[in-house]
Amino acid sequence: MNQLDNSQQIELRRLLERGLPLTPRPYQHLAEQIGASEQAVLEQVRHWGEDGLFRRVGLVLHHRALGFRANAMLVMDIADERVDRIGEQLSRAPGINLCYQRPRRLPYWPFNLFCMVHGRERAAVQAHIAELLAQHDLSEVPHRLLFSTRAFKQRGGRFTATTEVAHG
Amino acid sequence: MQLDNLSRRLIERYQHNLPLCAEPWQAMADELGCSEAELLDCLQRLDAAGVLSRVGPVFEHSRAGASTLVALAVPPERLEQVAELVNRYPEVNHNYLREHDYNLWFVLTGPDRQTLQRCLRDIEGATGLLPLDLPMRRAYRIDLGFSLEGTP
Repeated sequence: MNQLDNSQQIELRRLLERGLPLTPRPYQHLAEQIGASEQAVLEQVRHWGEDGLFRRVGLVLHHRALGFRANAMLVMDIADERVDRIGEQLSRAPGINLCYQRPRRLPYWPFNLFCMVHGRERAAVQAHIAELLAQHDLSEVPHRLLFSTRAFKQRGGRFTATTEVAHG
Repeated sequence: MQLDNLSRRLIERYQHNLPLCAEPWQAMADELGCSEAELLDCLQRLDAAGVLSRVGPVFEHSRAGASTLVALAVPPERLEQVAELVNRYPEVNHNYLREHDYNLWFVLTGPDRQTLQRCLRDIEGATGLLPLDLPMRRAYRIDLGFSLEGTP
């Protein structure tokens, strides 16, 4: 048998969301858990990769534990006709890790462009962002800098349907 | 955590493009000029120090299912209780306290949008707070890992 059936695929995705086992033959280990061959698991993962299911495959780090404790979410209110252009520009700027457009929720929330900046020191992050805004002629645009001060939960997303109950 | 030379190179090189083969750690060790045992030991130390979340795929949200960013304006005296309540949902990850009236920010992920909407309704019902539901409209730059150098 060389192809995974549907339930094996779902199970494999669920296992992959939790990361590869740190054992010398990780795909063999996963294959044993779903009753498939190592080769079939590798083929399936390769297929998913080519198909665009993954953004990246590699080390996923907890940036806070690495000393990146000054992490700011920069939110801006950019006119709809400019937001794509500004988003593209900021996405190429140094220090910007993520750059997304999201909907406004008026009257509660007027901001539609979100950037993440991870740094070690708050003052340096503030200065860096001020400089970025000035460079892109955005200093006058309504914006806020939301530093994170505590992580209550930090783990990868679980997309695969599951019946398990949350244990808190 | 103070990173040794191998950890630094491992982090700089392998936040993406992990080799896809039966023995990935061996292939990475060959590339970095160490043994497989040294590489696995390094990963295990990063894991034990809380630096490593996992090694593997980061799923593309739009392909893997649904996701949204949610914010709640939680009165300070209820923060612990609400954060704990929110954390219990398996759909919730990356739950952070941020400096703003909307002070609790978390990501919901699930197999589809309906699951997230049900979760949002549950959270609203359980907390009496109106969640801001901010799904991604467009990604200009997605998470590709981050560099140890050149960050403020």
